[in-house]
Amino acid sequence: MNTCKILMPIGNLGIGLNRQEVEEAMKQKPDAIAVDAGSTDSGPAYLANGMNKYQKQMIRHDMEICIVAARKANIPFLMGSCGTCGVDGMVDLCYELALDILKEHNLQGKIARIYASQNAEVLKRKYREGKIHPLEGASEISEATFDQCSNIVALCGAEPFIEALKNGANIILCGRATDTAIMAALPIMQGCDVASAWHGAKVVECGNLCTDSRKGTGVFLTVDENGFAVTPTHAEAHCTPYTVSAHLLYENVNPFRLKEPSGLIVTDKCEYTQVDDRTVYVTGTRFEPAEQYTMKLEGACLCGYQSINLVGMADPKVMANPQKWIDNVKMLVDPLIEAAGYKKGSYTYEFKAYGYNAVIPGPVPEGTPVPREIGMLLTVTADTQDEATQISKIFNPYLLHCPVDMSAQLPSFAFPFSPVDCARGGTYEFMFHHVVDVDSPLELVRIDYTDYKSDNSTGGC
Amino acid sequence: MKVKEIAKYVRSKNAGPFWITIDIFCRSQEDFQLLRQSPNLTADKVAKMYGVKPGSVQVFYADRINVIKYSFPRPHPQGSRYENDMHGGQQYVLLAEQEV
Repeated sequence: MNTCKILMPIGNLGIGLNRQEVEEAMKQKPDAIAVDAGSTDSGPAYLANGMNKYQKQMIRHDMEICIVAARKANIPFLMGSCGTCGVDGMVDLCYELALDILKEHNLQGKIARIYASQNAEVLKRKYREGKIHPLEGASEISEATFDQCSNIVALCGAEPFIEALKNGANIILCGRATDTAIMAALPIMQGCDVASAWHGAKVVECGNLCTDSRKGTGVFLTVDENGFAVTPTHAEAHCTPYTVSAHLLYENVNPFRLKEPSGLIVTDKCEYTQVDDRTVYVTGTRFEPAEQYTMKLEGACLCGYQSINLVGMADPKVMANPQKWIDNVKMLVDPLIEAAGYKKGSYTYEFKAYGYNAVIPGPVPEGTPVPREIGMLLTVTADTQDEATQISKIFNPYLLHCPVDMSAQLPSFAFPFSPVDCARGGTYEFMFHHVVDVDSPLELVRIDYTDYKSDNSTGGC
Repeated sequence: MKVKEIAKYVRSKNAGPFWITIDIFCRSQEDFQLLRQSPNLTADKVAKMYGVKPGSVQVFYADRINVIKYSFPRPHPQGSRYENDMHGGQQYVLLAEQEV
C-alpha cells in the first residue's frame, strides 16, 4: 500500500525552529519535510510592500535546519508562501538563502522556484472574459482595482509542487500557495488517497496546534490509500480525536467544507480513531473535484498615510465618559481643519479609547467600572504623510487641553512623546476576495530550476 | 448565566482577510444543547451583536466535539484604516459576555 510520511516541523517557518527536535524527528524517516512560510493574517502591508514579516536571519536559521536535514536524508523539502506574502521577490530572497545554505554545508540540490505573482494586464483580460469570480463577503472590484494593487498573487494548489517534484527538484521554494497544498502534494503524487491528503494537510498546517501540548512545534502526517494519521514530533505531546477534529475550526469559515483550487474537502462524515496514545487515524474524508480549477487571488494596495497620536488620560471626569471628550475635540477641531484648507474627504480621522472601547467598539455595557486610566489614540489618514502630520498638528493643543466640562479649568493630558504625533507611514488594504478560472493549474505559474552542485564537484549553479 | 460561564472557552480569529469566525467550545453535550437552543445566540442575534448585515452570519454545529461556530464577513476588510483588531483575536469577548 502507498504510504507517505510528511514532517511538518513548525506552523510557520521563520519563528524559530529547534534543531534538536528536527534531528530527532528525522529518525522516524519521513518522506519529505514540508512547511508553510506565509499568511495574510498579519494584514495587507506585507503583500502591498512585497515584504517578509519574520526576520531574515530567522528565516535562514529555520531553512538551514530543514534543508540540511532533507538533503542529508535525500528527501524533498517543500516550502510554500515564501516570505509571508509569497511574491516573486520573496521566492528570490529564499532562493538566495537556500544557495547560501547549500554552499556553507557543501551540499547539492535541485532547487525549484515556483512564482505566483500576477500580471495586472493578464488578470484584467481574465476579468473582461468573466473568469474572475467573487467569493462570499468580497468587496466590489473593477478593472482599475488590478492597477491599484502594488502586488497580486494567486494561490498555488498541489500541482505546481508535483510538477517540480516530477522534474527532480528536491528543494521547492514556492510563492503564495494554499497552506494545505505544500503538505498534500507528495502524498497525492505518490498515489495516496487524495481526500485524506488534503484533509490531513489541513490538520497539520499549523504544526502543533492540532496536538494537546505546546511542547515541540512539529507533527507527522502519514497518508495512505484509506486515510491519514497525525502524530506529534515531541514525545510528550499527544493527538486525540478531539484535538485533530477541533483544528478544522481554526481560521476556517466552514469546518465541514473546505475549498481548494482543485475541489472541495468534505469532512462531515469522518471517523477519528485513537491508534496509540499519541496518534489519531482519520478515515471517511471525501473530495469533490471542482468542474473548473480556480486559483484564489490576493492583492493589496497603498490607500493613504497615517499619523498617530497617543494621549494618556487618568482624569476621572474623562474616564466616566470618554466619548463626550472625543465629541468635544471633534466639535472644536473640525472647523479648524477646514479653516486650514483641508477638504473633507481628502482625510479621515478616528479616535480609539484604549482601556475603554477601542478593541470592542460600540457603547460600553451599563455597570462597566470606570477605568483607572486610558490611552487615547488618534489616527489621521490622508493622501500624503505630510497632510496626515499637519492635521495631527491642528489636533495637538486640543488633545492636550480639551476639557469634558467646557466651563471647567483647562486640564493637561499625558503625552508620552515629543512630538506626540508620529508618522506611521502607509496604510494598506486587501482588495480581492476572488478566484480566477485557469485553463491548467500551471497557467498563471512559472517554475525555474537550478541544479546546484557544491564547490567540490564540477559545474556551478 | 453568560456564555463564558457555561463554555469551556470561546475564541475568535480571522478566517482570511474578509471573515471573522468565533468558536464556542462546550464541556458537555448538555451545555452544547443549552447554548444551541438559546434565543440570544441565533445567527440573527449574533449579526446584531456585531453590527453586521442580517443573514450574513453562518452557524455550524460540530456536535461530536460540542462546538458552536459562527462565521461572518468583517465589517471592514482586515487591516483597513478602521481596523481595531488585526487578527480578530479579541472579538469573541462580546459573545462570551452574552446572557444565555
